Amino acid sequence: MAVRVKLVVMHRILAKQILSPNVTRLDVHAPRIAQIRQAGQFVIVHLTDNAERIPLTIADSNPETGAITLVIQAVGKSTNELVALNVGDFIRDVAGPLGHPTEMIESGHALCIGGGVGTAVVHPIAQGLKQRGVQVTSVIGGRSKEWVIFEKELERYGKVVVCTDDGSYGRKGFVTDAAKEILAAGKVDIVYAVGPVPMMRAVANLTRTFGVHTIVSLNPVMIDGTGMCGGCRVTLGGETKFACVDGPEFDGHLVDFDELQDRLSTYREFEQRSTACANGNCRMEKAAAALP
Amino acid sequence: MTPRITTKQRMQITRQAMPEQDAAARAANFLEVNLGLPERLALLEADRCLQCKDPRCMNGCPVGVNIPKFLDLLTAGKLAEAAQSLLCDNALPAVTGRVCPQETQCEAVCVRAGKGLPVGVGYLERYVADWAREHRDQLPQTKPQPTGKKVAIVGSGPAGLTAAGELAKRGHDVTIYEALHKAGGVLIYGIPEFRLPKKIVAQEVERLEEAGVKIECNVIIGRTYTIPELQEKFDAIFIANGAGLPVFMNVPGENFKGVYSANEYLTRINLMAAYDFPRSDTPVLNGQRVAVVGGGNVAMDAVRTAKRLGAKEAMIVYRRTHDELPARAEEVHHAEQEGIKFEFLTAPIEVIGNDKRWVTGMKCQKMKLGEPDSSGRRRPEVIPGSEFILDCDVVVVAIGTKANPLLTATCPDLKLNKWGNIVADENGATSIPGVFAGGDIVRGAATVILAMGDGKKSAQAIDSYLAGVSKPAGVCAAV
Repeated sequence: MAVRVKLVVMHRILAKQILSPNVTRLDVHAPRIAQIRQAGQFVIVHLTDNAERIPLTIADSNPETGAITLVIQAVGKSTNELVALNVGDFIRDVAGPLGHPTEMIESGHALCIGGGVGTAVVHPIAQGLKQRGVQVTSVIGGRSKEWVIFEKELERYGKVVVCTDDGSYGRKGFVTDAAKEILAAGKVDIVYAVGPVPMMRAVANLTRTFGVHTIVSLNPVMIDGTGMCGGCRVTLGGETKFACVDGPEFDGHLVDFDELQDRLSTYREFEQRSTACANGNCRMEKAAAALP
Repeated sequence: MTPRITTKQRMQITRQAMPEQDAAARAANFLEVNLGLPERLALLEADRCLQCKDPRCMNGCPVGVNIPKFLDLLTAGKLAEAAQSLLCDNALPAVTGRVCPQETQCEAVCVRAGKGLPVGVGYLERYVADWAREHRDQLPQTKPQPTGKKVAIVGSGPAGLTAAGELAKRGHDVTIYEALHKAGGVLIYGIPEFRLPKKIVAQEVERLEEAGVKIECNVIIGRTYTIPELQEKFDAIFIANGAGLPVFMNVPGENFKGVYSANEYLTRINLMAAYDFPRSDTPVLNGQRVAVVGGGNVAMDAVRTAKRLGAKEAMIVYRRTHDELPARAEEVHHAEQEGIKFEFLTAPIEVIGNDKRWVTGMKCQKMKLGEPDSSGRRRPEVIPGSEFILDCDVVVVAIGTKANPLLTATCPDLKLNKWGNIVADENGATSIPGVFAGGDIVRGAATVILAMGDGKKSAQAIDSYLAGVSKPAGVCAAV
């Protein structure tokens, strides 16, 4: 009788932590990726045949335990299903590491700016810079105190300035206000900014006036993550690039942020329907149930 | 001995038609269009083969299927032997019986095509392959002697699967690395259900796994591992990672919402099951007027898919005419039956969007055919002042693909051509000893069967490279 050798590599969740009201940290067993990932790279996570493929930046890793750290903002059905998993549960598909590693400087002073869940993406960049002996200053922000994440982790690599929109923690105001003071006060060789599109756009506009090279990490709609679909295309200085294979990090002064934000809205209506169905409010399902 | 049937009698049989789903019905579902020949018609069609002493059809086949032999066994009622003969030559006959452009290959050179219609080789290949899928227990299962040699294959598309089958039956230890979460490559993400049911691909993959092939998904060679890293663990490598990056038109407005590459459009629907949204989580924009730019098989797949998703108007926009369409004749014919509109001699020069940046149309130019170009096809030329707006709300760009740099960028010793495709000889040998390549990463965008031909030739070359003196076993035993 024929014996079929079926290789199914499952990825166990080793740790879980709720970081802010809709942001969850999962440490996932993916030993090969944990061993070789570099700052700026991402994985594609996929739960079942009917689920979406979700691109997530690797926030940290531990080559000894084989864990990679993923920080997930639950915004749609697939991300909600992902954060509903618990320690001991398995993720079927974890593919990576994808994307180019972060372009690092080898000495000098780097300003790392993180907004909301983007702060987790800034973490491996600050980590890598510190390892190279670069002076790191981080400015991180959130709507209010409970939305500020990765403060303790970033303090390991240098000074951290926390900003909240409502002043409930750290200083009141946007990350750009604090960044502007730091840029005005002394020499900054490079800026890394990751967060919502309006934040990255504001940072890029600010650093342009100071003439400081700025790198942003983009998270457009993506299917395969290997360059095949072209859904993640962004315009960089008038030229089309694929975020998955050419990025995901790009020169912030060249990115067409208007187009990026617009393309991110493509499936908004579908996301609402998908979430409504997941919550049992699907008009189609209800209509089907009402049939004789 | 008197033959069962004379050549004259064979000549008198007319070509049997493939039963099809009704055009209006199938334009609204994803079920297979061709239903397959019933036994009686298959046997009649097989009797049309003249059993030429010097069969030209075999030379027309990129994988060299011994066509007269399996047809002779079929007409003799020896189905298990017919299947065995076919499977020994072709690792994926249920696939090629459905998607091969037979009219330009085996059937084009069939003696009977000289006067009338050629033998329906594709229909009969499908018939025998489908019988084999249903009767796997009637095929020999002898295991080859393990050679102890390990071969890595990059990509589980048609080239990779074919090479895996060939190598496994010679006793080599084969591991396929697939970047996506499911095996099959373009057979899974690209070719739609109505042309090639996913169940058939899954069964072909299972058959290979039963023959000992290991498949590891979610591994991206060039990222998770590099070719130099694989060289440390394997005795030989076959690279068949496919067509890679979609090419866009490079016209203004191409990043408006509603413009897809054919790869993205088809992947969302086939691999990610977007036709089943919201039961599946990945959506796709259901256009009412979908314009597919291009004239190849991928363009036909995309436009017929759009029709099935409910588009009121699904159209092909192509800069040449019907006669130059590179797609299989059957796909064009089926598309026409299903009410697909063809805008020939039309070239888009801009995608038009509204104030919210949703696609509303394309600005196009009319073309006329001039002198033949280097490909021998008449070159399309712009008719000045012929600009017009074609209304559409979804645009699918199906004008080709180019080489993906992920793998090659991490393997500097691999020689590439100026387009970034891997340079390989007719046996798939690359600039690195022990590393072979085939399929679209070598050819640029081609067909399933040409990729399979590469997989077969490379596997034979790899076997020689590994000093293989092994006789193929498994399904090839005692044929």
